[in-house]
Amino acid sequence: MITFDRVTVRYSDDGPPPLREVSLRVEEGELCLVAGRTGAGKSTLLRAINGLVPHFTGGTLYGSVTVDGRDTRRHPPRDLADVVGVVGQDPLSGFVTDTVEEELAYGMEQLALPAAVMRKRVEETLDLLGIAELRHRPLRTLSGGQQQRVAIGAVLTSHPRVLVLDEPTSALDPTAAEDVLAAVTRLVHDLGVTVVLAEHRLERVVQYADRLLYLPGDGRVVDGEPAAVLAGVDLAPPLVELGRLAGWTPLPLSVRDARRRAGALRQRLAATAPPDPPPAPGTAPVLAARKIVVRYPGTVAVAGLDLDLHRGRVVALMGRNGSGKSSLLWAVQGSGPRHRGTVTVDAGIGRDPVDPKQLSAGQARRHVGLVPQTPGDLLYLETVDAECRQADRETGAAAGACRSLLDRLAPGLPGDRHPRDLSEGQRLALVLAVQLTAAPPVVLLDEPTRGLDYLAKRQFVALIRGLAAAGRAVVVATHDVELVAILADRVVVMADGDIVADGTTAEVMLASPAFAPQVAKVLAPAPWLTVEQVTAALGPAREPA
Amino acid sequence: MTEHRDGVDAAAADPERGPRHWSAARLPRGLHPGAWWLWALGLATAASHTTNPLLLALLVAVAALTVLRRRTDAPWALAFRMYLVLGAVIIAMRVVFRIVFGGGQGEHLLVSLPEIPLPEWAAGIRLFGPVAVEQVLGGFYDGLRLATMLVCLGAANALANPKRLLKAVPGALYAVGTAVVVALSVAPQLVESVLRVRRARRLRGATGRGMRALRGIALPVLADALDRSLALAAAMDSRGYGRTAAVPAGQRAATGALVLGGLVGVCAGTYGLLDSTGSGYLGLPMLLAGLVVAVTGMLLAGRRVRRSRYRPDRWRSAELLVAGCGIAAAALTLLAGSVAPELLYPPVSPLTWPEVTPLMLLAVAAAAGPAWLAPPPPGSPSTRAPTAGTPVNAVAAPTRTGDPATSVPGGHP
Repeated sequence: MITFDRVTVRYSDDGPPPLREVSLRVEEGELCLVAGRTGAGKSTLLRAINGLVPHFTGGTLYGSVTVDGRDTRRHPPRDLADVVGVVGQDPLSGFVTDTVEEELAYGMEQLALPAAVMRKRVEETLDLLGIAELRHRPLRTLSGGQQQRVAIGAVLTSHPRVLVLDEPTSALDPTAAEDVLAAVTRLVHDLGVTVVLAEHRLERVVQYADRLLYLPGDGRVVDGEPAAVLAGVDLAPPLVELGRLAGWTPLPLSVRDARRRAGALRQRLAATAPPDPPPAPGTAPVLAARKIVVRYPGTVAVAGLDLDLHRGRVVALMGRNGSGKSSLLWAVQGSGPRHRGTVTVDAGIGRDPVDPKQLSAGQARRHVGLVPQTPGDLLYLETVDAECRQADRETGAAAGACRSLLDRLAPGLPGDRHPRDLSEGQRLALVLAVQLTAAPPVVLLDEPTRGLDYLAKRQFVALIRGLAAAGRAVVVATHDVELVAILADRVVVMADGDIVADGTTAEVMLASPAFAPQVAKVLAPAPWLTVEQVTAALGPAREPA
Repeated sequence: MTEHRDGVDAAAADPERGPRHWSAARLPRGLHPGAWWLWALGLATAASHTTNPLLLALLVAVAALTVLRRRTDAPWALAFRMYLVLGAVIIAMRVVFRIVFGGGQGEHLLVSLPEIPLPEWAAGIRLFGPVAVEQVLGGFYDGLRLATMLVCLGAANALANPKRLLKAVPGALYAVGTAVVVALSVAPQLVESVLRVRRARRLRGATGRGMRALRGIALPVLADALDRSLALAAAMDSRGYGRTAAVPAGQRAATGALVLGGLVGVCAGTYGLLDSTGSGYLGLPMLLAGLVVAVTGMLLAGRRVRRSRYRPDRWRSAELLVAGCGIAAAALTLLAGSVAPELLYPPVSPLTWPEVTPLMLLAVAAAAGPAWLAPPPPGSPSTRAPTAGTPVNAVAAPTRTGDPATSVPGGHP
């Protein structure tokens, strides 16, 4: 179906090519997963399939890409629209019309299909993706998962034989991601559509994949069975790591596989127990929020909840999209609206307890620092160094304070780089350094791990643990169950503006299957959460053997 | 009411199938936006040919009634109130200007304001001074005419989805239409992103104003907008936007000339039609000739664009009726003008009471027709469940939601 023949892509003459001498074939009806670190060339590979590389992005493509017998050299993306459907990372930015039904019809209108055919296909697609009740809704009012399904539907109506999805679930909560992936697998199984899909969180998708294309980052593409490829790869979902630890071959890709093989491991672990969670803090909370209410026209985002944060603790804030996580963080920081309730920050030595809302913005950030969902919003200068100097100036810190923080968070970041050219992880580190320059005792992060690969996530975990060890209280709002399992001391789950669960990570995550990490699902009923814990428990047992 | 019945019977050719045809045509649906615009332009043309306050007030009432009965609950439909307010502002401005600057010609002095003496070079301009009834009334008539035309266009805007109107443009203008649609959807995104960045800046302690703040907001917003537009362009390209058929260069040039020439003709014709002092050939003939040329050009250009439309708005009998009502209103007003011009432009000095002739009432009645003749809009409360099964009854007994005072002229011509 898709053939890459010795494909090399270059964007500039001096830089390394994102793809080098790549030859591969994707057969009809395959679900092909593309994995690799950020910046390894996943997007380039995906966009080469329908000719956006190089027709739209510029650069030079050597070799040839053929889709369904059509060479992308002679066919620009618009002429491949009836064969390849592409769905981008942010569905909203790709919508052309403004209601669901019109969006589904848009592609067919461009292909000049007869009206009767369009009418029929729109109805079929609405049913296929389970979005029939949304047909008249404006696209902007849909939730993230709904938007993503509409975006997939909008390309499906042209009956493409290949569907290309670039990180379709990266912005979605676990349930919405399940919906989208269920829709995709249904397409593969029922309609025989060939799907090429890029994803950072392999644990969500790898079990459905027939093939895995792994991009190590040097321009090569490693191609093969998912289990075989993952065996030799440094980034892997927890399940695979557990499989390596236990020495299972082939590596398990689904919880079901792993659980069937885990009997022996469960017995070996029966004697030990995971380490106890850190004891409840005896000291007074550094931040105490009481009866917080945030309202928007028509909805109550935060419905009068209490939250205590303690020094040295990492709290994970979870809940589906729109459950009020962001509103709570902004209200606590003082920059967002807060219609009722009090927040008291007691920084301790030498500082009086204050409410950040009463302070000027410059003072408030010295008490509570917040990294927003799109960290790039805070950056507006040309270079990393200029941003660091500006951060020193606006907080009155000693010159070089921000830069030295940054060097600890992300060593070796070139100072003359433009902030927009940084990778997601580097940009996050820069913004975090800027915010930490004001030395706030409380740090809040809103969805920081969007777009981070496994390695970047591992660095992020180390970084946050370092902040907590230095005595800061940290809150991380996230959808990422695996991240929470290795990072948080305490988990707070929000729904509909209320706290529905609040307890230690083990208590909350083991209580419901939706929040349980993969390791917990495999080793249940024993309360293991992470591969780290299992490694530590097995470590001494192995040595004597 | 009888007049509307006639129209209906004429539309249903076979009396046996009459009711069924009627009910199918009466199902709630969005009318072709062009029909509403033609109707509104007819009303505006009628309004532009008179300063008779009674006739103008009736036209405003008719426009408001039709909007109330046939609009949806979409955001653009709720903007009609804005047009009414704007109309009132226009009238007030005209009157105030007459009081501030106007000479006090007229016998019936209303009030005498102290005049502000102006220097020599401003001779001919007077500030304040005596205010006469005639002068205020003249300003009011003038303002009312302008306001009525504005309200008529506002009614079209409220009744027809502006985006659907863009969808109805001929194939040749398709790219322009798409650009406008995209621009319309980008505006709210831009506002959203400005708000987001401004809020985020507070997190860095920046509340300052001036150039520095502008830069701090503008750069992230612009970068964001650029990213979005690139993503949109890539999405449109990969979904087949811009697939064209090859056309020889000569035909392309001819097409351009035809469209441009035709549009110039249309402009000149419209001007002639609205300006009653212009010479005859500039009016309707010019407009029609221009239209024919432009349409030919567009049809030619449309051949280059290969695309189809999903659920296009069709031009059916209801559309004909609605557009016809507007045209009839304009024609009847023009007729009334040729019969008794002094009644369409009631003189302010000497002061005379404006009169309404049967012909004018007939024009207003025609204008009010669509309030009942047009099919109800989809999803409006009056068309939901209870009436859905019995559309004929819903038609025979129109719900009296409209202002009772305004429904009189349309109901009993």
